[in-house]
Amino acid sequence: MDTCIEKIRTICADLLAKGEVQKVIGFAEGSIPMASRPIAVTSKDDVEKLVFNATCGLNLANYVSEALPKDGKIAVTAKGCDSRNLVTHMVENQVSRDRLYIIGIPCTGMVDKRKIAALFEDEITDFIEEGDTLTIVSPQKKEKVSKTDVLRHNCRMCTHRNPVVFDVMAAEPVEEQSLDQPFADVDQIAAMDPETRWAHFQELTKNCIRCYACRNACPLCYCPTCFVDESSPQWVGKGQDKTDINTFHFLRAFHCAGRCTDCGACVEVCPMGINVRDFTRKLNKDALELFGWEAGLDMEKRPPLDVYSPDDPDDFIK
Amino acid sequence: MNFITIDKKDWAGGIDKSRKTYRVFGPVQDENGCQLKPLAPDVYPLMDAGVTVMSPKSVLFPQTEKMLTATLDESSEDHHIMKPVEKDNTPRVVLGIRPYDARAIQMVKLNFDNPDYQDPYWCEAYDATTFVGLGINRPDSCDFSTSAGTGPFSEEGLDVLMADLDDRYLAKILTEKGETWAEACGFDTSADAAESQALFDILRKEAEKNITASVDTDRLSEKSILDLYEAPFWDDVAFSCINCGTCTFVCPTCWCFDIQDETKHKTATRFRNWDTCMSPLFTHHASGHNPRGSKVQRVRQRFMHKLKYFVDKYDQGIMCVGCGRCVASCPVNIDIREVCKTMNNYEKE
Repeated sequence: MDTCIEKIRTICADLLAKGEVQKVIGFAEGSIPMASRPIAVTSKDDVEKLVFNATCGLNLANYVSEALPKDGKIAVTAKGCDSRNLVTHMVENQVSRDRLYIIGIPCTGMVDKRKIAALFEDEITDFIEEGDTLTIVSPQKKEKVSKTDVLRHNCRMCTHRNPVVFDVMAAEPVEEQSLDQPFADVDQIAAMDPETRWAHFQELTKNCIRCYACRNACPLCYCPTCFVDESSPQWVGKGQDKTDINTFHFLRAFHCAGRCTDCGACVEVCPMGINVRDFTRKLNKDALELFGWEAGLDMEKRPPLDVYSPDDPDDFIK
Repeated sequence: MNFITIDKKDWAGGIDKSRKTYRVFGPVQDENGCQLKPLAPDVYPLMDAGVTVMSPKSVLFPQTEKMLTATLDESSEDHHIMKPVEKDNTPRVVLGIRPYDARAIQMVKLNFDNPDYQDPYWCEAYDATTFVGLGINRPDSCDFSTSAGTGPFSEEGLDVLMADLDDRYLAKILTEKGETWAEACGFDTSADAAESQALFDILRKEAEKNITASVDTDRLSEKSILDLYEAPFWDDVAFSCINCGTCTFVCPTCWCFDIQDETKHKTATRFRNWDTCMSPLFTHHASGHNPRGSKVQRVRQRFMHKLKYFVDKYDQGIMCVGCGRCVASCPVNIDIREVCKTMNNYEKE
């Protein structure tokens, strides 16, 4: 996927040289294998720092509001999911379209770093990506795997790989995936009896350290003060009590209802490898089935939990 | 100093014997990676595991710790009087702790046990704990412990240092606590001291050679605090930061905590929880003012504390043992080694 990086760099150098944007938000090479780092480039001489590869799994829409200068524009590189979160940001009045220059990147998915690490008994010391072929090296072995086989779950389930909004595209659009069972994971949990399902979620969060990386990596979580950080009233205890940990996860998920683009950043950043998407995916399914809604596709439409409709599927609201 | 040799065939049996007197902690693998946990009676430590995601600091300094409790039942005479909670301070042993993590415990000790303050919770837990370290034969690429004043076979803070020799462990008993533990396990096959020490020296040198990462810290103490504080590089360092608490929580030397009171029905409890300087709440005043209101200020604080304030205050090097956990776990790849280099090399223009 690195093939479009030269085009990205050219576009960015040009934008910065002409002063059309004050900075470009993109990804830089990380300091350890399989890592990348969000970066703001302000000079055309630094565009060489920009990279794009299958480890760029964070959502850059998360950086836009904070990086925005008082006046003028910034550019942001956007995968399909990033672009949908930019749309969500615009719909929710977090940023206006005319302040952004969106460099769209058609995306063939990001790799699941834990899945790759699990293929090795020892530490991964090198990671080379050439098209769909990944060469992964550890002190004990060198393995070639197909990127398709180690994609993150959300990328395997993605049906919006191409940016939905952009000023320029960095490459030709890629073919969108069509899925027979887009919510098999949700259905599996839904089929559990209540005790098993409860146990599943208890087990899921058992190692949560409440670092809030999932919340902080999420472009949707921009409340000036999150409910878990309120002290007066204090809605939720701050310790490792199971009820408090669950309260955080449940409420965070509900707060994302009808807004989540399933970008996977929350799972990507969790230091404990918790699949927090198990909470949000059900809500995405409900939004789709009840309201025909997928977040971040249309700048003109209000989100389903933001509007009244006479044909609402629930009786109580009519 | 005495050395013993432990046949690996006897290892599990020895641990079982020690369970009569010790609560045993050790690394185990679970679905969220390798963790250091109290071991259930039928569980044995995974001695050849990689570095644990979380550090062993929690053995003495749990993420959430009950300190005091009171009854709110006004029919009770002592209602609303906070009283210490009962603690299990029976002997505990941490098996397979990494040598640099034991050094980190000594760093944390500076905060919890010093001439001015002695934290009873931490001190009692410390006194009850025996640290049995395992030398690291194959350091991973994030390990820069040798340039942080410790190393793969460092002895500081350990009661026993073991070396993995394939079919057996060679153990160097460093303290009385260590001796008591070995006795409790029934490990008593002594080994020749001179030979054993020579072997340890070889293993240490081999392991240290395999450490590829390093940082220079030599010039940090001579820098002016204000120059570093006002340096122009902090915006760039902090840009990618999402202000989660990962780096501080996985860090073996981060010791900050927050006190919280909670009530449930008729019981009030005072807890302490790990705090994190990455969170805006860390310095949020009751007035609403926040002296570290922005992300860049918080990121700067973390690195200034570890790499400058601590250096100046204690004159014991940096507040970091080079375990590399924050490097490996940071979701946005902020690398303390790079920041340390930038600070160490910084010259005000």
